[in-house]
Amino acid sequence: MNYAVGAHQNITAKLPGWRATALFAILLAGFVGLLGRGVYLQGIQDEFLQKKGDARYSRVVEVSAHRGMITDRNGKPLAVSTPVESVWASPQDVKADRSQVRKLAQALGMDAEEVRGRMFNPSRDFVYLKRQLPPDQVEKVVSLNIPGVSLQREYRRYYPAGEEAAQILGFTGQDDNGQEGLELALQEQLAGKPGGQRVIKDRRGDIVEDIGSLREPKHGSDVRLSIDSGIQYLAYREIKNAVVSHHARSGSVVVLDPNSGEILALANYPSFNPNNRINVSSQAMRNRAITDLFEPGSTMKPFTVATAIEAGKVRPATVIGTENGRFMVGGRMIHDQHPAATMSVAQIIQKSSNVGAAKIALSLKRETLWEGLSASGFGQQTGCNFPGEASGVLRDAKSWQKIEQATMSYGHGMSVNLLQLARAYTVFATDGMLKPVSLLRLETPPEGKQVYSEHTVRAMRDMLEMAVMAEGTAPMAQIAGYRVAGKTGTAHKLENGRYVDRYVSSFVGFAPVSRPRLVVAVMIDDPSNGGYYGGQVAAPVFSRVTGAALHTLNVPNDAPLNNVIVPEAAVVREEV
Amino acid sequence: MLRSGNGLNAVLMLAVVCGALSLVTSQHKARKLFIELQKEKERTKQMEVEWGQLQLEQSTWATPRRVGEIAEQKLQMQLPRSGQVRFIRVEPNGQTKDKS
Repeated sequence: MNYAVGAHQNITAKLPGWRATALFAILLAGFVGLLGRGVYLQGIQDEFLQKKGDARYSRVVEVSAHRGMITDRNGKPLAVSTPVESVWASPQDVKADRSQVRKLAQALGMDAEEVRGRMFNPSRDFVYLKRQLPPDQVEKVVSLNIPGVSLQREYRRYYPAGEEAAQILGFTGQDDNGQEGLELALQEQLAGKPGGQRVIKDRRGDIVEDIGSLREPKHGSDVRLSIDSGIQYLAYREIKNAVVSHHARSGSVVVLDPNSGEILALANYPSFNPNNRINVSSQAMRNRAITDLFEPGSTMKPFTVATAIEAGKVRPATVIGTENGRFMVGGRMIHDQHPAATMSVAQIIQKSSNVGAAKIALSLKRETLWEGLSASGFGQQTGCNFPGEASGVLRDAKSWQKIEQATMSYGHGMSVNLLQLARAYTVFATDGMLKPVSLLRLETPPEGKQVYSEHTVRAMRDMLEMAVMAEGTAPMAQIAGYRVAGKTGTAHKLENGRYVDRYVSSFVGFAPVSRPRLVVAVMIDDPSNGGYYGGQVAAPVFSRVTGAALHTLNVPNDAPLNNVIVPEAAVVREEV
Repeated sequence: MLRSGNGLNAVLMLAVVCGALSLVTSQHKARKLFIELQKEKERTKQMEVEWGQLQLEQSTWATPRRVGEIAEQKLQMQLPRSGQVRFIRVEPNGQTKDKS
C-alpha cells in the first residue's frame, strides 16, 4: 500500500496562493467592519449607548421648592406652607387583612368600609385614601406598614390669622397655587419652581454622586404686607360686633396710613375660615371693601366743599341760604334733617346739609366739580392691585343734568368702594396729597399728586373736626385723648334702580387731627335693628378701632383725656 | 541600556498602579463625603420644615384674639379708664413733669 507515500505527498503539496489571500481579505474586511462599527457607536452615534448606560445608574431627582410665606408688616406669619403627607394606595399591590384595614381606618379617622372600598377598588391604579394628614396621624399609618399603601409629600397652607384677614389673603388650591385674593395676585413671587438634579444612585438607592444640576430649585420669595396684624384683629373684632348687634347684612373697615398710602387693616364681615373651607359661601369670600360698590352719601360733601373753596367760590365762613331745608332742583325736592334758613359752609359740613351742599355744587361749573372729585380718586383704581377691584362710577361731566350735579354733591348718583373713599380722605389727612394705596409694605412712600392746596385742606380739617364735636352728626366718633375729624354718611340703598328704605351707613375720619396718622373708613350695609344713621352705627366702630389702633401704635395724645362730650341722641340724624 | 529601560518601565508601572489605586480610594472617599453632605442637606430641609411649623405654632398661640381673651377672662385685665391715666412729660433736661 502506498497510502503513506500519498499522504506525504499531500502534506508537502503547495496550497494555491489565492486561498491565503482570500482568507486574509475576509479577516481584514471583518476587522474593518468591526472597527467601523466601533467608531460609529463610540464616535458618531454615541447617544444611544450613553443613554442606556446612564439609565443603569443615573437618575433625575426632583428638588422641591416651597411656596413663600406671607407676613404682616412686622414679620408675623399670615400664610405659611408646611409639608404634610397624603396617604395613597395602589389597589393592585395592597395586601391587608381585616384588622389591618380597621386599624388604618382608625388612624385616618375614616369609616372602615369606605377605606376598604377605596383600597380594593380594582378599576383604579392609584387612589388617595386621605390627603393632607397632620404629622401624628402619619406616624400611625407608617407604623402599620401595609404593603401597597404609601405616603406622598404635599404642601398645605395655613393661615394663623384665620377669618380676620381671610378675604385679603385669599387662599390656595390643592396644588398650592393661588386661587383668590393676594395669593392669586402675588402668585408670581410666592410660587416656587421645583428644580431637577441628575445624580448617581447605588444599589440601595442612596445618592452617591451628584452629576449636575439640571435646574436650580427656586423657592418662592416671602412677601411682607402692609397689614398690621394687631390692628387687623381690632378692625375685624369691631366690625363683627357692629354687624351682629345692628342685624346688618355686612360691614367693612379700612385703616390706612395717610402718609405712605399703606393699608394697615382691611376687614370684612361676614368672613370665613381659610383653614377649613368646607361649605363657604361666595358671599363670605368677597372682599367687599374693594370689590363692592355703594352710593357714598354725605361722606362726599367734603369733596364738593373743598372743590368750591379751591375754586375760590366760598370760604368756610360764607353764609349760604339753605331754604329752611326744602330746595327744588329740576323738579325734585332736596330735604334737610336739620332745617335752617341760612348756614355757613362749615355748618353745612357739620350738620350734613344736603340743600347747602347742592347749592354749593350748583355754583360750580360741572367740569370743575367733576375734576375735583376725579382728582380725589373717585372713579379711579386705587393702585392696590387686588384682583377684582371695582373702580367705581363717576360719570362724565358732559352727561350731568342739573339735578345730578346737585345730588352728586352729597354722594348720590355715583358709586365708590370703601377703599377708594378711605384713600380720598388721605387728601385731608395729609397736605392735600393723593397717593396710590398699597397692600405691600413700602420702604419709601410713593410720589403723590397734589389735589387741593394746603390752605384748603387746613380749612377742611377744621370743618371735619366740627362734625365730630357735640353739635355735629358724629359725636360718637370721638376718642378719649385724641382729636378726631371725619364725616358721616347715610344713603338709601338702590334696589332694581329704585331707592328703598334700607340704608348704607358709613363714617370716614382720621386722627389725631394735629398730625394725622390713621385714616379709617367704616361701612355697614343694611343695619336693621332700629338705628341706621352713620353717626349712630358706623361712628362708634370708627371710634373704637381708631382709639385702639392709636394705642397700639403708641401715638402721643393731642387732647386731654376728658375731651369726649356726648350730646343728646337726636343730633346724629342726617338727611339721607 | 536595556536594563535601565526595564527599571524605568517598572517605575512607570508602579506609578500607574499607584495612581489607579489612589483614584479608586479618592473616588470612594468623595462618594462617602457626598453621601454625608446629602444627609446634612436633608437635615437642613427637615429643620427648615420644623422651623416653619414652629413659627406657625407660635403665631397660633400668639394670635391677638387668644391673648386678648386670656388677658380679659383669665387674668381679669382691663383698659385703664380715663381717670386712671396720668401723663408724664419728659423735659429736655431729663426731668419728668406730671401733666395729668
